[in-house]
Amino acid sequence: MMKSLIRNTLGVIAICFIGFGSAQASEEGATPHYPIEHPKHVHWSFAGPFGHWDLAQLQRGFKIYHEVCSACHAMKLVAYRNLQELGFSEAQVKAYIAENEIEVDAEPNEDGEVEKRAAKPSDLFVPPFENDEAAKANNNGALPPDFSLLAKARAPERGFPNFVFDVFTMYAENGPDYIYSLLTGYQEAPAGVKVEDGTHYNPYFIAGPALAMAAPLSDGQVTYDDGSPETLDQYSKDISAFMMWAAEPKLVERKSLGFKVMIFLLVFAGLMYFTKKKIWSDVKH
Amino acid sequence: MSAKASKEPTRRDFLYIATGAAGAVGTVALAWPFIDQMNPDASTLALSTTEVDISSIEPGQSVVVKWRGKPVFIRNRTEKEIEEAKQVPLEELKDRAARNPNAQGEEADTAIDLNRSAGKDKENWLVMVGVCTHLGCIPVGQSGDFGGWFCPCHGSHYDTAGRIRKGPAPENLAVPPFKFVKDNVILIG
Amino acid sequence: MSGHSTYAPKTGFGKWMDARLPIARLMHDSFVSYPVPRNLNSFYTFGGILSLMLIVQIVTGIVLAMHYAANTEVAFNSVEQFVRDGNFGWLFRYMHANGASMFFIAVYIHIFRGLYYGSYKAPREILWILGCIIFLLMMATAFMGYVLPWGQMSFWGATVITGFFTAIPMIGDSIQTLLLGGFVVDNPTLNRFFSLHYLLPFMIVGVVILHVWALHVTGQTNPTGVEVKKTSDVIPFTPYATVKDAFAMVVFLIVFAWFLFYLPNFLGHPDNYIPADSLKTPAHIVPEWYFLPFYAILRAITFNISIPFTDIVLIDSKLGGVLAMFGSIAVLFLVPWLDTSPVRSANYRPIYRWFFWLLVITGIALGYLGSRPAEGGYVLAAQFFTFLYFAHFLVILPWLGKFEKPTPLPASITDAVLGEKAKA
Repeated sequence: MMKSLIRNTLGVIAICFIGFGSAQASEEGATPHYPIEHPKHVHWSFAGPFGHWDLAQLQRGFKIYHEVCSACHAMKLVAYRNLQELGFSEAQVKAYIAENEIEVDAEPNEDGEVEKRAAKPSDLFVPPFENDEAAKANNNGALPPDFSLLAKARAPERGFPNFVFDVFTMYAENGPDYIYSLLTGYQEAPAGVKVEDGTHYNPYFIAGPALAMAAPLSDGQVTYDDGSPETLDQYSKDISAFMMWAAEPKLVERKSLGFKVMIFLLVFAGLMYFTKKKIWSDVKH
Repeated sequence: MSAKASKEPTRRDFLYIATGAAGAVGTVALAWPFIDQMNPDASTLALSTTEVDISSIEPGQSVVVKWRGKPVFIRNRTEKEIEEAKQVPLEELKDRAARNPNAQGEEADTAIDLNRSAGKDKENWLVMVGVCTHLGCIPVGQSGDFGGWFCPCHGSHYDTAGRIRKGPAPENLAVPPFKFVKDNVILIG
Repeated sequence: MSGHSTYAPKTGFGKWMDARLPIARLMHDSFVSYPVPRNLNSFYTFGGILSLMLIVQIVTGIVLAMHYAANTEVAFNSVEQFVRDGNFGWLFRYMHANGASMFFIAVYIHIFRGLYYGSYKAPREILWILGCIIFLLMMATAFMGYVLPWGQMSFWGATVITGFFTAIPMIGDSIQTLLLGGFVVDNPTLNRFFSLHYLLPFMIVGVVILHVWALHVTGQTNPTGVEVKKTSDVIPFTPYATVKDAFAMVVFLIVFAWFLFYLPNFLGHPDNYIPADSLKTPAHIVPEWYFLPFYAILRAITFNISIPFTDIVLIDSKLGGVLAMFGSIAVLFLVPWLDTSPVRSANYRPIYRWFFWLLVITGIALGYLGSRPAEGGYVLAAQFFTFLYFAHFLVILPWLGKFEKPTPLPASITDAVLGEKAKA
């Protein structure tokens, strides 16, 4: 009885594969679906069940964010105190705020005027523009997206059957893979592709053939103090890792607790199995 | 199960006990996140210090600032108030503990006026959490039978050093951890 | 089945209590001495798993409600704040979001198990209908819960789903305005969805109690479909079913934990990490995976239904899609009367068995098509599978019972169990 169930189930799965394969083939010729190219795979330290941050990489990524991206992109859900998670000390965070003269609105004073005060570690990252309209006005009408969650908000579809395999391989890095691929993917538009004025061709872009942001990074643009290669490739990896941290700051905590829970559940399931077997040993079923 | 099994521990008993124990351990471990989630979160804890500029507070004036959401009284006491507080013998106090984590030196835990204030040479400064130690109302300043604070909720009287003198409150008004970071700036928390 | 109570209080307090509020007797009769068929397989453990998941969702939901603010200005950030700064906030958020998916995985297996073994047939029609009501309530709860984080998919999902009601002729628009508390999805909508999302799970608990009550009146079916006839057919619920259900729950929790700790965003949509923007629709709106088959049916009706040879439209495509979608759930309520076969279990129905697996394929295919853009071959395929879905219930089930020749049924559960073992 059980056997026939399993046989039938396998049959169903086989038929589904065939069916989906032919359905996918019919996609050709319909509306184009972006991205044109699937993201490249990067080896991330935070992938897999024992994933962890490479703190040096996150610090480099933060340097890129500070020197390049933060001119246009806000990161409103992250606070300065969170930088301590990248391995900076509290004093370093305070020094960062002081060096850059970061200020936020103070409480209204006795006359009802809102003055500026120096930011504290508990304050959230100050956005580069007062509001979305100002951000658009300064960027040719395109709103630079907030970085806080971008690594989780940009995950191109994996498609069948990859998404099935992903469950077993634990692939959950399509966000940073996408960002890395986008940053390294700017190129000349092939003949026949129409690129609107003020946009830049990139086959990895998720929502069209070209995007408003020009290639933001190039070799040698940011100086690294730790001897890491100052290349576009390395910059793109570092900023992607940093953005993953910004989007999922509890990733390492989650995976390490997950491992303990898994071990417990497996042991518990084993004990339950033998208990069940013992109890059922006197009943034919 | 059967009478046979109960005579001596068997492998079966061991298995049942181990399974039951594992289930119990799992349940207890699961309880912790449910409790801990109610504790203050990281952003609340990050706000636990407050800096105050006290240069504009004249003798006889007080300000109220917020620290961890609670009112903190900062009073620049007059000579008269300090003198009054110093005159009170310890035996007359209802609560003889200083309730001041910043007090230093010998007998730092007694409620003499020096230990209640900001310390030597700064005895004019009184910094206290403005929450009545009875049931949490905010006392009114410069009133009551002792010229200090008076809590209208249930009638507790505090003197000019914030010590409980009369009424249902059990303890002196608490002094928060604080220090002078500059001559005219204090950091509470 | 419930039979005579065998509960005998031992202590003085037990006797005193039993004479006043016999709750211990009720528990004993329902979950200790209650007889279950001895031949239940693993697919019968999903009822227990579903009870566990309902508890998980309610408990984690209560925790999340302590940190959530139902206001369009702050809803998105309140969720993020708890995840980033709260103690174990990420754990509760992911538990609740993935728990919903696990809940639906379990309920689909539970429903298909019922269809395979004919668990809806007399005298279990009410039991089945109560299950359908639970399923409907679950869908409503899940939908409204998905709106609460106020991301892009939350907002546009709410807009599309409440748009169903505009398909109703004449009064549709007014009904939608009433449901939304405005002309678009906005703060009043979010507030009422939060209120209802908190209420509905407790209604589910109520219907689950009725569901279990109805189950304990008729007793479980079993893989043979033959009713319990003698005492050797059954075993007491405790310890046998208890330990088996508990083992199944732990195994299920391993799958749950796999997603929760390692793939917490796998089953969600990335666009919901973008705060709701009422002026910008995402490129592809898709519901959560567990609604995809129904979504495919909704989009499959792309044609108006007219009186033949005239231009008079009876049902336009919009209303047609909505009717088809609700019809696909409504038809489940009628299954006990649509199936005319006297044999319960598909194990003894050689032809029905094939149609059952075809229905499984249909469901999976519709789910896949629901996730694809509605264009070209996908729409045609969705129409084909929508046809298959309804044909299964409205044509196959009534007709098949009339001429299908079932294989011989065992005389009793005991015979089936011992006979099969003897053969092996």
